[in-house]
Amino acid sequence: MGYFPSTFPAVAPTLDDRRFWELCAARRLCFQRCGDCGTLRHPPTPLCPRCQSLNCDWADAPSVGRIFSYTVVRHPSHAAAKPVVPYNVVLVEFEGCDGVRLVSNVIDATPEELAVGGRVEIAWDEGTGGQLLPRFRLMPTGRGTQPS
Amino acid sequence: MSAAIPPGKRPCIVGIGQTEYAKWGTILDRSELQLGAEAIVAAAADAGLPCSEIDGFASFANDASEPSVMQIALGAKQVRFASMVWGGGGGGGGGAVAHAAAAVTSGLANHVVAYRSLCQGQSFRYGGAHPWAPGKNFIHPFGLFSPPQMMALLVRRHMAEYGTRQEHLASVALTCSANAARNPKAVMRDRPLTLERYLASRMIADPLRLYDCCLESDGACAVLVTTLERARDLGAVAVPILAAGQGSEEGWGTGALAGFNMPSDVFCSGNAGTLARELYARAGITAADVDVAQLYDDFTGMVLMSLEDFGFCARGEGGPFAASGNIAWPNGSLPINTSGGNLAEAYIHGFNLVLEAVRQMRGSSTSQVDDAKIGLAAAGPAVGPTSALILGRP
Repeated sequence: MGYFPSTFPAVAPTLDDRRFWELCAARRLCFQRCGDCGTLRHPPTPLCPRCQSLNCDWADAPSVGRIFSYTVVRHPSHAAAKPVVPYNVVLVEFEGCDGVRLVSNVIDATPEELAVGGRVEIAWDEGTGGQLLPRFRLMPTGRGTQPS
Repeated sequence: MSAAIPPGKRPCIVGIGQTEYAKWGTILDRSELQLGAEAIVAAAADAGLPCSEIDGFASFANDASEPSVMQIALGAKQVRFASMVWGGGGGGGGGAVAHAAAAVTSGLANHVVAYRSLCQGQSFRYGGAHPWAPGKNFIHPFGLFSPPQMMALLVRRHMAEYGTRQEHLASVALTCSANAARNPKAVMRDRPLTLERYLASRMIADPLRLYDCCLESDGACAVLVTTLERARDLGAVAVPILAAGQGSEEGWGTGALAGFNMPSDVFCSGNAGTLARELYARAGITAADVDVAQLYDDFTGMVLMSLEDFGFCARGEGGPFAASGNIAWPNGSLPINTSGGNLAEAYIHGFNLVLEAVRQMRGSSTSQVDDAKIGLAAAGPAVGPTSALILGRP
């Protein structure tokens, strides 16, 4: 079992985002990068918002990021979440990946250990239906107190 | 509105109407359609207009009672305008009024009603998970389901970046509660909040506690929009719409509802900074001219960001601005949410705030701001697009 039980909603890949999930299945966290101007974008979208190019490739994100913001969910607003509260949701930023953030979870932290600016390392975790999801562990020096 | 519009063609609100407001799931004997129609009938009666003469309908957030149904329910003779605002939920309320205003000013229609009807026990709970959320692959498998969880990420960042504290959030909840206590129609009129109860309330999604979150309600409300010259013909009191519109910042996208990749400098905002500046310019005013504001209070922290977006204080200073009494009635420099707002009057997707903005200009609020000449009503923040309107005195 992963961080969340298998009653959680599964990823249902769309024409626009299926490559992201295929790469995740291969344990690669990648962001869409414009094939012409190099601008990163996330979540996936068909065109480059800067130059409207349809060409894109996928840039590997660093394995280490920082918590840009977080919340600790204590009231479950989905039936599947009832057995797992409290749990956290974090927004992760990566150095060199301007303009993209990832919604995810830190799988090994108590609520008190979370902080904006904390350093986290990717920890692939199995989601519903076996889809590998990019979640994170707090790094030993993970506690941060300042905004990144 | 723009000076290029002939005075007689400028838009105004001539009628407001509402049902009772009730706790979510408690109105089960009347349909959303009936509630919406009751509110529209009340708004038309307030304006002195027969329902048969309503020829336009505008709503938002996928209101279930569409114009084809409303036309028959109300006996409207000729429908000339039907508009559903796109965008995140309660962010569309000002947009519905803006569409109505544009329709009457341009001559597309004569009397347009903007409305919202909610029976959450008959449809679904807005505070829960939305199965059709755009971009849901990137939030639901990670446990991000509902608005308080989403907005908590913005509020937490605001705290980290600017030093905003829990007592700043509390000041918004306490202000709305105090205003609701003076409003006989408010759901929480007899349940005043204290700081002790606020601090003792359970955490929903850190840092948002139960009393940082708005009510969930059943009820409906409506406003009737026409031109100043038609208002004269009706003999109705015309509250001028000085400006109304929608807006979303560059790069915002689904923002706080899914994408979370809005630019860092507007990340903890209500997505309304540019909209505010544009509306002030069109109304020919500045933030300092606003006497009273109805700021969509889905969550206390978002009100702090709206205070910043609309220029009542600098970016990051919403907390101290609110907590030092500026937003309190009657002595604050900018009383807000004078009916109790979404936090304590009712959550009719924020459209109740539009009605209160009208009452302030008419001088009929239960927390009336003395000599109020300019009023602001902002719709749901941090969604794309959000919207707002600025009203003047009749």
